[in-house]
Amino acid sequence: MNARVRIQKGAVVDGFVVGELLHTGGMATLRRVERPGISMPLLMKVPALLEGEDPAAIVGFEMEQMILPRLSGIHVPKFVASGDFAVQPYIVMERIEGRTLLTKLDVLPLPYDEVATIGIKVAAALRDLHHQNVVHLDVKPSNIIIRETGEAALVDFGLAHHDQLPDFMDEEFRVPYGTAPYMAPEQVLGNRTDPRSDIFALGVLLYFFSTGVRPFGDPKGMRALKRRIWWDPAPPRRLKSDYPPWLQEVVLRCLEPDPLRRYPTAAHLAFDLAHPDQVRLTARSERLERDPWGVRVRRRFNPEIRPAALREIAAPLATAPIVMVAVDVTDGGQDLAEAMRVTVRRLIEIVPGARFAIVNVLKTRRIGIDTTLDDEGRNKHITRLVELKHWARPLALGETRVTFHVLEAKQPADALLEYASTNHVDHVVIGARADSVRRSILGSVSAEVAAKADCSVTVVRSPRPPQPPASAMDGLDPF
Amino acid sequence: MADIHANREAFEACLADADARRAERLVLLGDYVNYGADPDWVVGTIMDRVAKGAAIAVQGNHDAAVSLPPGTMDSPAELALAWTKNQLGADQRAFLASLPLTSEEGDCLFVHADASAPARWTYVTDPSDAARSLKATRRRVTFCGHVHRPMVFTMSETLKLGTFRPVEGIAIPLLPQRRWLAVIGSVGQPRDGNPAACWSLVDTARAEITYLRVPYEVEEAAKKIRRAALPEMYAERLTWGQ
Repeated sequence: MNARVRIQKGAVVDGFVVGELLHTGGMATLRRVERPGISMPLLMKVPALLEGEDPAAIVGFEMEQMILPRLSGIHVPKFVASGDFAVQPYIVMERIEGRTLLTKLDVLPLPYDEVATIGIKVAAALRDLHHQNVVHLDVKPSNIIIRETGEAALVDFGLAHHDQLPDFMDEEFRVPYGTAPYMAPEQVLGNRTDPRSDIFALGVLLYFFSTGVRPFGDPKGMRALKRRIWWDPAPPRRLKSDYPPWLQEVVLRCLEPDPLRRYPTAAHLAFDLAHPDQVRLTARSERLERDPWGVRVRRRFNPEIRPAALREIAAPLATAPIVMVAVDVTDGGQDLAEAMRVTVRRLIEIVPGARFAIVNVLKTRRIGIDTTLDDEGRNKHITRLVELKHWARPLALGETRVTFHVLEAKQPADALLEYASTNHVDHVVIGARADSVRRSILGSVSAEVAAKADCSVTVVRSPRPPQPPASAMDGLDPF
Repeated sequence: MADIHANREAFEACLADADARRAERLVLLGDYVNYGADPDWVVGTIMDRVAKGAAIAVQGNHDAAVSLPPGTMDSPAELALAWTKNQLGADQRAFLASLPLTSEEGDCLFVHADASAPARWTYVTDPSDAARSLKATRRRVTFCGHVHRPMVFTMSETLKLGTFRPVEGIAIPLLPQRRWLAVIGSVGQPRDGNPAACWSLVDTARAEITYLRVPYEVEEAAKKIRRAALPEMYAERLTWGQ
């Protein structure tokens, strides 16, 4: 201990010049640091290692030291360096410019659309984290920073679990660690591997931010903590009469005690928050009361959730993809429409958890003001929606698994690519224009989507392409 | 690399993989012979590398058994061992007999089985085995084989033991404030249900270990075992990695 450098303002530790103290917590202190040659704002995190401190501080520090260097992307702070534990343990990382969601606590409840926007951002961050095999397990306002550029970043990986690395937290402590108001029931029971625990915590945050009330209060002790396993929170509509049913549907689905009944992935949650009019409303959305006493008591003695078998974090990600089906109802004919349905039907059978967004682009004119009415005076947008639903009817997808979207754009490929990116689409199914002459003149939308999308793309062709008319063959070189 | 068991095809594939990944030194954790059909080539290759100073090798129970009177193993293994002894030259047998039970370098200990009693060849399979082995050495990281199934044990400053099944190709940080025991999988006789040869790359500068799997010509190795009239089970289990 004596060999350790005193970390104080002005000290130099491994080339980092220590600046002002930003935060002192039970687990660690945070200080501003600088280093010549690094222009990015930096933060030094030093664990509280003195006797009498929480032993979780050491283990939490070890976990963060292991996990943070392995993370990348806009939704986490960039790792810079970590100090030798025997000399002076510390982690230097990017100091994210922005405000934590803790700053919102004074102005709760927030308007519903602001809550949805925050939810979309945090869900996008969770999706990215879960794809890197990590469950955060401490999602709460103070651990979420909204960057000046708008994205949500998650900080503090001291309680996190990495699916491909040893979990020291799990071996060191019998009691589950977490933040009482936000902990998922399965986390309370000691399961540290389910990414849907983060979806539960985000549900608590959305409930809190939209009503001003924490759904499970701030319980002290295991007994009180365990109550959330069987005691459902008051429906938000009971607290606020103007609460939108769609938002209640989304929030209560996040708060289901059984992880299987929650959103399977953060991308699914983001999708619903971004498309309120497409949220399928169930009995959840209208509820004004908690479950009757008898139902709760029965749940208590026969709980819906039990500590689940260990599962890979990526498992729900692989079994519940968001599939975008780009259907061109104006071109391609019956053969292609059927070929598209055959492909989608295969996906439905192989991946029962998949969610389908059926998308069409309504091309707007390049020049001039567009009318939303066609020559016969019908609303083009509505007509397209009707046609999309007609196309999908033979697939018999339940309402919970399919949504329909008509995008209006000048460039169909750009519109489809942007839609796929903002909605975290995992797989695109798109038909190829059958007519090769038109394709060569107009360019192929499917080829452009396949080339530029950042997810998998299946290009569907009609099994029997239309034969070119005899006249088109005239004058063509036979070779 | 551990538990090569005279499997030339698997050993060659691992050596080639190690070269491709620019491994600088080779550490061999014992059991170079028995079960497989190429003891002569495998021991010859190891002797060559050790003589050049390019490899460290410790002794395994099968290597020790080559110079012992029969009766230390189960009957199929004794059968295979008798065949193996005939394949090896006197210098090769002497080399195997001369190998040390342990070797130490930096903060690492290399041993075939439990370090608390290396010559008793106890398997390190659960946290209590790992704790016993770790308490017997002052070195921070122990590498052993013998089990034929990859596993990592870690001991915290508070002496809590953790168990972790390594994920292929994912580097595990050997955090310096902890003690570690890495059970390396088998090159020539994997028994974790994956027939691919197993070896581990240790990056001493970054303090990381990565468990790797290398596909090799299993059918060829099995065919040679059958041709040598060694017990059929040693050929068959290569296909399933069991």
